Amino acid sequence: MAQVSIRKVVKAYEGNVQAVKGIDLEIADEEFVVLVGPSGCGKSTTLRMIAGLEEITSGEIAIGGEVVNDVPPRDRDIAMVFQNYALYPHMSVFDNMAFGLKLRKFPKDEIKKRVDDAAKMLDIAMLLDRKPKALSGGQRQRVAMGRAIVRNPKVFLFDEPLSNLDAKLRVQMRTEIKKVHQLVPTTTVYVTHDQIEAMTLADRVVVMNHGIIEQVGAPQELYHNPATRFVAGFIGSPAMNFLTVKLVSDNGLYVELGDGTRLAVNPARTDRYKPHAGKTMTLGLRPEHLTETKANEKPGTAYLDALVDVTEPMGMETMVHFFIKGEPVCARVDPLTVANPGQILKLAADMTNMHLIDNDTNKVV
Amino acid sequence: MSATTLPARHFTTSLHRQRTWALWGSYAALSVFVVIFLVPPLYMLATSLKGSVEISAQTGNPWYPHSPTLENFIYLLTYNNFLRYFFNSAWVTVLTVIVSMVISIMAAFSLTRMGFWGSQAIATGVFLTYLVPASLLFIPLFQIVGWLGLLNNTWCLVLLFPTLAVPFCTWIMIGYFSSIPKELDEAALIDGASYVQILIQIFIPVALPGIIAATIFAFTVAWGAFLYPLAYLYNGDQLTLTVGIISDLIRGDVFLWGKIMAACVLGALPPIVIYAFVMDYYIAGLTAGATKG
Repeated sequence: MAQVSIRKVVKAYEGNVQAVKGIDLEIADEEFVVLVGPSGCGKSTTLRMIAGLEEITSGEIAIGGEVVNDVPPRDRDIAMVFQNYALYPHMSVFDNMAFGLKLRKFPKDEIKKRVDDAAKMLDIAMLLDRKPKALSGGQRQRVAMGRAIVRNPKVFLFDEPLSNLDAKLRVQMRTEIKKVHQLVPTTTVYVTHDQIEAMTLADRVVVMNHGIIEQVGAPQELYHNPATRFVAGFIGSPAMNFLTVKLVSDNGLYVELGDGTRLAVNPARTDRYKPHAGKTMTLGLRPEHLTETKANEKPGTAYLDALVDVTEPMGMETMVHFFIKGEPVCARVDPLTVANPGQILKLAADMTNMHLIDNDTNKVV
Repeated sequence: MSATTLPARHFTTSLHRQRTWALWGSYAALSVFVVIFLVPPLYMLATSLKGSVEISAQTGNPWYPHSPTLENFIYLLTYNNFLRYFFNSAWVTVLTVIVSMVISIMAAFSLTRMGFWGSQAIATGVFLTYLVPASLLFIPLFQIVGWLGLLNNTWCLVLLFPTLAVPFCTWIMIGYFSSIPKELDEAALIDGASYVQILIQIFIPVALPGIIAATIFAFTVAWGAFLYPLAYLYNGDQLTLTVGIISDLIRGDVFLWGKIMAACVLGALPPIVIYAFVMDYYIAGLTAGATKG
C-alpha cells in the first residue's frame, strides 16, 4: 500500500514568500493524480516536497503511512521523471536505468532482468548500448521513465515530463504514460501546466493556484462542475467565456448581458440562483455551449446576436470571436456555418450548462 | 514582387560583404598573434640546433642553423644536473596537479551543489584570492616556509603552488559544475547516491572537459614557475628546471645560448605533448544529451 498523505503542508522561502500555503491532499494507493495549474502555483514545489528535494516548512507528508518529513529522497522509495530527462550523459541507456539498482547493491542478473523488462515495455530494448546524446527527445523520455520503472518504487513522480517534446510526440507519450500506469499500477503524482494532459491522464485532477488547492476531482467533474472561477477558466480549451451579467427576477429568472440581452435561466436552476437575484455576477459559458442555432433546440436554450469579429476555422469546427459590451466571447460553431467578420450571427446559448459566479468570492454558486 | 525581392538581395549581399570583412579582420589579427607567439619558439629551436661558434659568429641569417648539430641536446641529456632539475620539476608538478585538483574539485562541488550559508561569498572570495599577484605573496610565504623548515626543499613548492593554482582551478570547476543541470544530482539523489557518489560517479565524468582545463592550468603554474623556486631554492640538487637552467648555464657573464635554448626546448616538450594529447578530450562536449535538446 502506498497512499500519499499531504497534511497542512506549507513551503515558505526566504522573505516569508509562501509557495505552498497549507494544502491537504490524500492520494490513494495506485491512484494517478495530476497536479495542474499555472506557473508559480506551487505544483512543482509540492511534488519536490513529496520527493524530498525541498524541505517542508510546516505540515506533514506521509508515504505508505510513514511520515517522511525527515527522510532523505533515497530512502523514500520513490522514483522521479524530470522535465529535462536528467539522464547521466556519460552512461549508456542500460547504465542509466541500472544506476539506482547498482547503488542499492542488487544482484547483476536481477538488474539485467529488470532493465530488460522495462526496456521491452517502453520499446527501447534496441537502444540499451547507446548514450543519451544519440537518442531523440522521445527516446530520452522513455529512458527516464525506464529508470523510474526498474526501481519498482512505491510512488512515481512526474515533473512536467512532456513539456520539452513537440506536440505530436507529446500526444504519443501521453498515451504511453497511461499505458505504463495500466501495466504497472503504482501510485503516481504527475505535475503539468497543460490541462489537456491533466484531463486525459488523471484519475483525479488537483487544480492549484497561488499555493492553494482550488479543487480536487475527477476530470469530468472539474469540467462540468468547477468550484471556482479559476477552475472554470483553467479547465477546458478554448477557455470558458466570462461575461458580467445582472441576475434579474422578472416573470422568471434571467441573466442580463451588458448589451441588455436577456437569457432565461434554466428553470431547473431557479431555486439555486434565486437568492442572488438583483446582484451583478459573472456568467460562465463554454464555447461549445454557444453554438449556431439548430432546427430543434433542446429546452433551456437562449438566443443572442453576435457581431462576428474574427473566425478561426479548425477543420472539424470553427471558432467565432465577438464582443459583448467590450467583453470577448468565443463560440464554437459548425464549420459549414457562414460566419464572416462584420456579419451578425444568431447564436444559441445552452443555459443548462451555464455557471454563475459570485463576483465577491469568485466561487461558482 | 520586385519591391520585396530587391531588399532581400541587398540584405544578402551586405551580409556577405560583412562576413568577408570580418574574415579579413580575423586573419589580420591572427597573423599578428602568430608572429608574436611563434617567432620566439622558432628562434629558440633554431638556436638550440646551432653550435657555439655559429651562435657567436653574428654573421649570416640567424633564423636557421647553417650547420645543424645536436651537441647541445646531447650535452644536456648526459649532464646529471639537468636530468635532476627535470625530475624535480616533474614530481613537483605532478604532486601540485594532484593536490590542486583534489582540493578544487571538492571545493567547487560543495560551493555549487551543497547550498550552505555563505557559499556564494566564499565562491567570490576564492576568485578574489586569485587576483592577488604571486609576487606580493612570496615574502610573507618565505617567512612561513622558513618557519616550517622547508627552505631549499622542493616540498615547499608542493605546498606553495596549490595556493596559486587552487583559486583559479576552483573557479573553472565552479563554472563547469554550475553548468551541470541541477536535475542530474537530484535524479542521482533519488536513485540512492550519496554526495560523494554523485561527485565521483556523475560530476567528475560529466565535467571532464573542465577538469582537464583546470589540470592544464595547474600543470602550467607548477611547470613554468620561476619566481618561487628562485626565491626558496638555492642548492643544486633541489632546483627545478626553470631555475636550474639559468643557474647552471649562465656562468658569470657567459651565456651558453645553445644549451640554454636546447634546455628550453626540452622543458617545453612536456606541456606541448600534454596539450596535444588532451586537446580532443578538452573540446569534446561530454554534457551533450544530458538534458533537453
